[in-house]
Amino acid sequence: MTTLVFLEHHGDEILKTSLGVLSKAAEVGGQVEGVLVGSGVEPLASSAGKFGASTVLVADDPRLEAALPQPRVDVLAALVRDRGHENVLLAQSILGADVAAGLAARLEAGLNWQLTDVLTRDGELVGRQPALSDSVVCEVGWTETPRLALFRAGALDPVASGGEARVERVEPELEDFSLTAEMVEQAHEESEGPSIEDADVIVAGGRGLGGPENFTLVEDLAKALGGAVAATRAVVDAGWYPYQTQVGQTGKTVSPKLYIACGISGAIQHKVGMQASNVIVSINKDPNAPIFEYSDLGVVGDVHAIVPKLTELVRARRGG
Amino acid sequence: MKIAVCVKQVPDTPAKRMNRQTNRLDRSGEGALNPFDTQAVEEALRLKEAEGPGEVVLVSMGPPTAGDAMRKALAMGADRAILITDEAAAGSDLVATSRALAAALERESPDLVLFGQYAADSEGAVLWAAVAERLRRPMISQVAELTVDNGSVTGRRQTEFGYDVIRAPLPAVVAVSDAINEPRYPSLKGIMGAKRKPQDTLSLGDLGLEAAQAGEQGSRTTVLALHDPPPRGESRTIEDDGGAADEIVEFLAEKRLL
Ligand SMILES: Cc1cc2nc3c(=O)[nH]c(=O)nc-3n(C[C@H](O)[C@H](O)[C@H](O)COP(=O)(O)OP(=O)(O)OC[C@H]3O[C@@H](n4cnc5c(N)ncnc54)[C@H](O)[C@@H]3O)c2cc1C
Ligand SMILES: Cc1cc2nc3c(=O)[nH]c(=O)nc-3n(C[C@H](O)[C@H](O)[C@H](O)COP(=O)(O)OP(=O)(O)OC[C@H]3O[C@@H](n4cnc5c(N)ncnc54)[C@H](O)[C@@H]3O)c2cc1C
Repeated sequence: MTTLVFLEHHGDEILKTSLGVLSKAAEVGGQVEGVLVGSGVEPLASSAGKFGASTVLVADDPRLEAALPQPRVDVLAALVRDRGHENVLLAQSILGADVAAGLAARLEAGLNWQLTDVLTRDGELVGRQPALSDSVVCEVGWTETPRLALFRAGALDPVASGGEARVERVEPELEDFSLTAEMVEQAHEESEGPSIEDADVIVAGGRGLGGPENFTLVEDLAKALGGAVAATRAVVDAGWYPYQTQVGQTGKTVSPKLYIACGISGAIQHKVGMQASNVIVSINKDPNAPIFEYSDLGVVGDVHAIVPKLTELVRARRGG
Repeated sequence: MKIAVCVKQVPDTPAKRMNRQTNRLDRSGEGALNPFDTQAVEEALRLKEAEGPGEVVLVSMGPPTAGDAMRKALAMGADRAILITDEAAAGSDLVATSRALAAALERESPDLVLFGQYAADSEGAVLWAAVAERLRRPMISQVAELTVDNGSVTGRRQTEFGYDVIRAPLPAVVAVSDAINEPRYPSLKGIMGAKRKPQDTLSLGDLGLEAAQAGEQGSRTTVLALHDPPPRGESRTIEDDGGAADEIVEFLAEKRLL
C-alpha cells in the first residue's frame, strides 16, 4: 500500500495531529510519504521521518504561504496522479477538512470523515467512524482507490518510530481559481495569563447563558471552586468571550478533574476538547441535549436558576 | 445579487438512528430543516436586503418530503426553492452529492453560494469545499462575519491559531458559522406566503446526470457494519425541581471535588 499523509504546519512546526496520522499510516504499513505545503517550509520536512515517513514531498512556494485550502488541493491532486498513492490521510482541522473535500471532488475519490482509527482487512482499508453524536460506531470503507480519510482531532497520538526522511522538492502547478481567495489578515492570538489547560476545575459557558453579560454566572462559580472559565466556539465567534478560553476541536484540549458545562449543547467539536475530563457535570434545559450523553451528572434545568444557587452553596461549604 | 443557499432536510428527532438493515440513516420519521441552515438563510436575506435587488434561491438534494423542510426557509423570506429528487440519488455520499448540487448551481449561476455550519445528521462540515472545487470558484469556510462589497466577499473566521480575514472575488462559495447571526423566525405572513412561492423539482436527468453518477453507484464510500459504542461508566440525569444545586453539591462532595 502507498499512503500520502498531509503534514499541516504552523510557524516552524508540523502539527501534532498530522504526526499522529503519520504514525497511524506507518502502523498500517506499506510505503508512507508525507507532503508539506507552504513557503519556506523545507527545513521542517526531514523531522517527519521520525514518525514514519520514508519521503517528504515539499511544495515550497511563496504563493503557498497563506494556509488556504484550494492551492493545496492542486498540489495533492498532482502528487496522487503522478505517484499513484492509494490512500491520502489528513488530520481533521479547519484547513485539513477543506483540502480533503476539495481533493475528493477533484479526484472523484471517496472521503470518510471523523475517523478515530483505521486498519487493514483482506488488503482493504477499514475506518472506524463514531457517528450521530457518538451513539453508533460505523465501520466504513471505500469502493475504489484513492481512498481519502480525515481523522478526528486528538484521536491519534504521534509515535516516534523511524529515522530521517528523504526530502524531495516538487514544483506546484496551481489553477487560476485556486489563487483568487487571498488572506488579508492572518491573526495570531497570543495567550496571556494562566492557560485553562492547567486548571483542575473548569466551568464552561455556552450560548444557553443568553448573552455575554451572563458570563458572570460561570465566572462566579469558577471563582468559588477555585477554577478557570471556558467557552464554546458559538460564544467566542459571537464575541461574548475571548478566543483563549475556547475548548474543542479548534480550541484547547483540557482534562481537568471537574468540568461543569452550563448552557452547552455538547456538539462533537466541543466534546473532543473536554471528553478526557475526570468528572463532567452539565446543566441544560433541553433533556435531549447531546451533552447529557457523556456527562457523569446531567441536570435538566435553567442555568439562570441553578448556577447562582450552586455558587452560594459551594461558597458556604468552602468558606469562600 | 443572486444568492443560492444549500439546505438539507434532516430527521426531526434529537436521537437520530441508523437503519440496521440498510446501514443508512433512518429517515422514516418526520424531517426538518437542518438547524444550521437557518444562519445561512438569514445571512442571505440580510445581504439581499442590504444590497438592493436580488434573489435568494434554495437548493437541496433529498427525498420528495425535503420540500416541506425547504418551506421553512421560504417562510423566512427566501424567494424560491429547487429540489433535486430522484430515487437513484438515495444514499449519495460527498462525491455524488457535490456533483448533483454543483450541476444545479451551475444552471443558476449565482453570485454567491452559502452553506451552513454542518448537517446535523452527518456532521460532515465539508460539502462546500467539494462544491466549490466542482464550480471552480473561490471558497471561504467557517465564516463568523461576512461583508460583500465591490464585487468581492470578505469573511472573518476562526482557526486553531486565531482569526483569519479572507477575501475572494465573486462569484464565490462561503460556509458560515452558527454564530454569524441570530436567525429570524418566520412571520405568519411569511408562512402563508411560502406556500405560493415557486418550488421546482429536478431529476438527475434534468441536470444531465446519469443514474450511475449519483446514489450508491455514484458514491465512493460505503458503510460496512454498525457497532454499539463502548459502554460508558455510571451516569445519571436529574430534572431540576428547585433542588438541583443541592444535588450537584452532594455529588461533588461524594466525588471529593469540593
Ligand atoms: C470545523 C468546526 C470546528 C469547531 N470547533 C469548535 C470548538 O473548538 N469548540 C466548540 O465549542 N465548538 C466548536 N465548533 C462548533 C460546534 O459545532 C457547536 O456549534 C458549538 O459548540 C455550539 O456551542 P453552544 O453549545 O454554546 O451553543 P448551542 O449549540 O446553541 O447550545 C446552547 C445550549 O444551551 C441550552 N440552553 C438554552 N438556554 C438555556 C438555559 N436558560 N438554561 C440551560 N440551558 C440552556 C440549549 O438547550 C442548547 O443545548 C466547531 C464547528 C466546526 C464546524
Ligand atoms: C452518519 C452519517 C455519516 C456520513 N459519513 C459520510 C462520510 O464519511 N463520507 C461521505 O462521503 N458521506 C458521508 N455521509 C453522507 C453525506 O452526509 C451526504 O453525502 C451529504 O449530503 C454530504 O453532505 P455533508 O454531510 O458533508 O454536509 P455538511 O458538509 O455537514 O453540510 C454543509 C452544509 O451543506 C448542506 N447540505 C448537506 N447536504 C445537502 C444536500 N443534500 N443538499 C443541499 N445542501 C446540503 C448542509 O445543510 C449544510 O448547510 C454520511 C451521512 C450520515 C448520515
